[in-house]
Amino acid sequence: MELYGLTIHELQDRLRAGETTSAEITASVFGRIDAVEKEVRSYITLMRETAMIEAQAADVKIRKGDIGILTGIPIALKDLLCTKGVLTTCGSRILQNFIPPYDATVVEKLREAGAVFTGKTNMDEFAMGSSTETSFFGVTRNPWDLERIPGGSSGGSAAAVAADECIASIGSDTGGSIRQPAALCGVVGMKPTYGRVSRFGLIAFASSLDQIGPFTKDVEDCAIMMNVLAGYDPKESTSVPEDVPDYRQFLNKGIGGWTVGIPKEYFIDGIDPEVEAAVRRAIRVVEEAGAKCIEISLPHTEYCLAVYYIVAPAEACSNLARYDGVKYGFRSEEGRDLMEMYKKTRAAGFGAEVKRRIMIGTYALSSGYYDAYYKKASQVRALIKRDFDEAFTRCDVILTPTTPTPAFKVGERTDDPMQMYLSDIFTISTNLAGVPGISVPCGFTTAGLPVGVQFLAGHFQEGRLIQFASAYEKQAHIEQRRPKL
Amino acid sequence: MEFEPVIGLEIHAQLLTDTKIFCGCSAKFGAAPNTHTCPICLGMPGVLPVLNRKVVEYMIRMALATHCRINTECNFARKNYFYPDLPKGYQISQYAHPPAEHGWIELEINSGKKRIGITRIHMEEDAGKLMHDERNPVSLVDLNRTGVPLIEIVSEPDIRSAEEAAAYLRRLHETIVYVGICDGNMEEGSFRCDANVSLRPKGAEKFGTRTELKNMNSFRNVQRAVEYEIKRQQYVLESGGVVAQETRLWDDTAGVTQPMRGKEEAHDYRYFPDPDLVPVVIDEAWIDEIRGSLPELPLEKRERFMRDYLISSYDAGVLTVSRALADYYEEVVRLSDQPKIAANWVMGDVLRFLNEEKKDVRECPIAPASLAAMIRLIQGGTISGKMAKEVVEAMYKTGKPPEEIVKEQGLVQITDEVALARTLAEIIGKNPAQVEQYRAGKEKVFGFFVGQAMKATQGKANPQLINDLLKKMLAG
Repeated sequence: MELYGLTIHELQDRLRAGETTSAEITASVFGRIDAVEKEVRSYITLMRETAMIEAQAADVKIRKGDIGILTGIPIALKDLLCTKGVLTTCGSRILQNFIPPYDATVVEKLREAGAVFTGKTNMDEFAMGSSTETSFFGVTRNPWDLERIPGGSSGGSAAAVAADECIASIGSDTGGSIRQPAALCGVVGMKPTYGRVSRFGLIAFASSLDQIGPFTKDVEDCAIMMNVLAGYDPKESTSVPEDVPDYRQFLNKGIGGWTVGIPKEYFIDGIDPEVEAAVRRAIRVVEEAGAKCIEISLPHTEYCLAVYYIVAPAEACSNLARYDGVKYGFRSEEGRDLMEMYKKTRAAGFGAEVKRRIMIGTYALSSGYYDAYYKKASQVRALIKRDFDEAFTRCDVILTPTTPTPAFKVGERTDDPMQMYLSDIFTISTNLAGVPGISVPCGFTTAGLPVGVQFLAGHFQEGRLIQFASAYEKQAHIEQRRPKL
Repeated sequence: MEFEPVIGLEIHAQLLTDTKIFCGCSAKFGAAPNTHTCPICLGMPGVLPVLNRKVVEYMIRMALATHCRINTECNFARKNYFYPDLPKGYQISQYAHPPAEHGWIELEINSGKKRIGITRIHMEEDAGKLMHDERNPVSLVDLNRTGVPLIEIVSEPDIRSAEEAAAYLRRLHETIVYVGICDGNMEEGSFRCDANVSLRPKGAEKFGTRTELKNMNSFRNVQRAVEYEIKRQQYVLESGGVVAQETRLWDDTAGVTQPMRGKEEAHDYRYFPDPDLVPVVIDEAWIDEIRGSLPELPLEKRERFMRDYLISSYDAGVLTVSRALADYYEEVVRLSDQPKIAANWVMGDVLRFLNEEKKDVRECPIAPASLAAMIRLIQGGTISGKMAKEVVEAMYKTGKPPEEIVKEQGLVQITDEVALARTLAEIIGKNPAQVEQYRAGKEKVFGFFVGQAMKATQGKANPQLINDLLKKMLAG
C-alpha cells in the first residue's frame, strides 16, 4: 500500500516507529494528486510548497519526540475556511481573489496539532448545493465514477479523501454538506453538535446551521480529528463551553444493550431500493453487535425541507450582503454609480443557485412576510428539535440512510432545484435540531457506488456516535474497495 | 385651524467604552483613517461578533437614570441595508426585544413640570464614515467608527414645541454625560439627534403625517429645525396641501429643512434575530450593582444644593449643569464654608472666563482650593471685593494661588489704622469747605471724602475702616 492510501493512525504508527517521514507521506500525497487530480478536480488551490516546508518542520519535531495529534499528516481544507495569506474563494467568483488576513480557529488548531495543509478543496458556491456543481471553479467528480457528482457542498473534501489526495479533510455541514458527500464518496463524515467546533473563520452560509467537521477514511481517524477540532472558542458567541473528552476512548468498546431508534419517516417512497437494502443490512449488523432496534417517530420530519429552505436562505441573504464589491473580492467595473456597481457586481459575482437563495431569503424576511415565513419556520424548527429530544429519551442513537440515492450523474439535477434539494432530505433535520450526526460507509450498489448509513445522537454526544460507528464498522466488515482511478 | 405639534426625538449616543461593541479595536475618536480596524469590524468573510459586556453595563446606567424598566433578556437583530460605510451589509442592532423600555425624564417648563416618556433604549453598532473628494470622482471610507457602541434612546411623542424639544434634549444630554457613558460632543457626532415632527388639529387624537429631521448638530439647531418644520407643515396644511412622509435635512446656513435626495424609496430592513449572537441576560444582581455605582443625578443634586446650600433654583441649575462643575463648586464650598459667596464667584467670574475661552471646568486654571482661599481673604478683610475681581482674573491667567498674587501686586488692603488716619487727616485738611458743609448737616458730602480716600489709597483701603475713621474724624 502506498503511503497516501493509509489512515492517520496507520501513518502515525509508522512515523513514531521511524519507518517513514512526513516529507515522504506528503510527497506521496502530492504524487497521487498529480496522478488523479486532473480527473477528480478536488482542489481549487494546492499548497504544495508550504506543505513540503510544513512536512519538513514536522519531521524535525518528530525526531525530537515532539509529536502532536496530527504532526506531519496531510490534511485538506474546504475552501470556505479562512487561511491567512492563502486564497479562499468559497467556490465563488465574488471571492475569486480574496486572500484572508487571518486564520480560522480550526485552521489554527490544526496547525497547532501539526497538520500539513495540502490545499483548499472545491465546493458548491457558498456551500449552497448538494453536488459541487455550483462552484465557479468547475465540477469535482466522484472518484468511484467520474461521470457522477461527489455530493456537496463539501464535495472536494470528500472526493479528496476518497481519491487519496489527502489523508483526511475538513468540510462544513449546513444541511448535510459533510454527511451526504461522505456517503456518496464512501468515506466517514461527521457533523458535530452546533457549538462544538468553532465557526470563527468559516465563511458563513447559514449561521445557525453551519458546523465544521472531518472527512476520514475510518472511524478511528474521525475520533482523532475530533480531538483536534472540538472545543470552546471565545471568539464565537454560539460556541459552547462543554468539556471535550478524548474521543479515542470511545473506539472498540462495543454497543451491547444499546437501543437504536429507526425513524419510520426516513424510509420513504423515492428511496433507492439498493440504498434501502444496504441500510437494512446495517440495521441487522448493529443488532448482531448486540444493540436493540426499535421503531421511533420524528413526526415533524415532513416539514424539515420547507423549514430549512426558509431559515437557511434568510440567514444567507444577510450573510452574503457583505459581498458588495466595496472592500474585497470581485467588483464589476461597469457600474456608473454606487447602486449600479452593487447590482452589476452581485449579478456577475454570484452564480444562479446563490442568487436563487438570496432572493428566497430576502422574500422570507421582507416586511409583511416575516411572520408567515421566517417566524413560522423558526417555530416549526423548535418542534423538530423537540422531536429529537423526545426520541433520545427512548433510544441511544438513531439510524437512518444518509441519502435517498447513491451519487447521481453530473448535470442530472442541475435544472431541477427541487430534486437537488431532496438529496439532503435525511440530513437537514440534524442541522435544524443542532444534534451531531455521522455518515459511515455501509456497502455498495451493484454499479459499485458507495452507500452511507447515518447515525445521530443527542447534543454533545459525539463520543457516543464514535463508539457506535466504531462498533458498526468492526461488525460490518465492509469490503475494502478503493476507487479505480 | 389651530394645530398642535407632536414631536418625538431619537438620540444616538456613542458610548465611552475603551473598545468597540463586537471586537477588541479601540473605540477612540480621531485616529488616522482605518487604523482602528480588524477583520471583525471590517466585516471580513468568516468573522463573528462577541458582545462587549461594558456596553450592556453603560446601557443599564442610562436606563436606570431615565427610570426605564430593564428586561431580563434581550437580543440583537440584524438591520439589513446596503451602504459602503456598512461593511457587513447589515447593522447589528436591537429590534423586537429591547433591553430597556417605559422610562421618563422630567422637564421644568414655564407651566411647571412635565414628564417626557422614553419608549426604549437599545444597543447597536455605529457605521463608518464616507469622505467624498470634491475634486475627484471618488469616495473614501473610514471604518474606524464602524462598531463603536451606540445606544439609541427613543422618546414617546410627548413633546409639543421646539422649546420642549430643546429642553428634553438638554436634560437627556446632561443625564448621559452625568452617568459617565458618553462625552456628549454634538459637533463630533458622539451625541446625535433626529426629530420626528407632525401636526394635528388641536384636540385631535390621531397623529398627522410625520417628517423625520436629520443633520442638526447642536441644541440650537434642533430647536430651530423643529421650529421651522412646525411652521412649514402648518403652512402646507393651511394651504390645503398634505405633508409628505419623508426625511428632511436641516440646512443650518439657509435655516430651512429640505427633503433628503435619493433616499426616498421606502426601506425594508428585513430585521431578524442575529444568529451569531446569543440572548443577553441581565439579572437583578447586576442591575443592583450598577445602580449602586450610579452618581447622584442632576435633578437630585439640584434639589440637594437648594436645600443644603440655600441657593436659588436658578443658581442650583447652573451649578449642576455638569458633574464636573458641581464637583468644583462643592469643593470650593467645602474649603471656604461660604456656599452663597462661592456660588457667586463660580457662576460669575469663573464661568465667564471659561466661556470666553470655550473651556471646560476640568481645564480651569483656578483650583477649587485657590478660589476658596480667595474667598477666605475677602472674609478676613485682607482684600476687598473689588480687589478680588482683579485677583481672580490674575489667578485665572497665571494659575497662581491668591496669596501670591495679592503679595506680588501689592494688593493688600490697608488696614493699618494709623497710616490710614494720616491720609484721611491730609484729605480733611485740604478740603475745609467740604468739612464745613458736612458739619452743617450735609451728610451727602461724606461720599466725597470716601471717594477721595479710595483715590488716595488706590482702592486698597478697607472701606469699612475708612467709614469708621472718617465718621470719627469729621465729627471733630
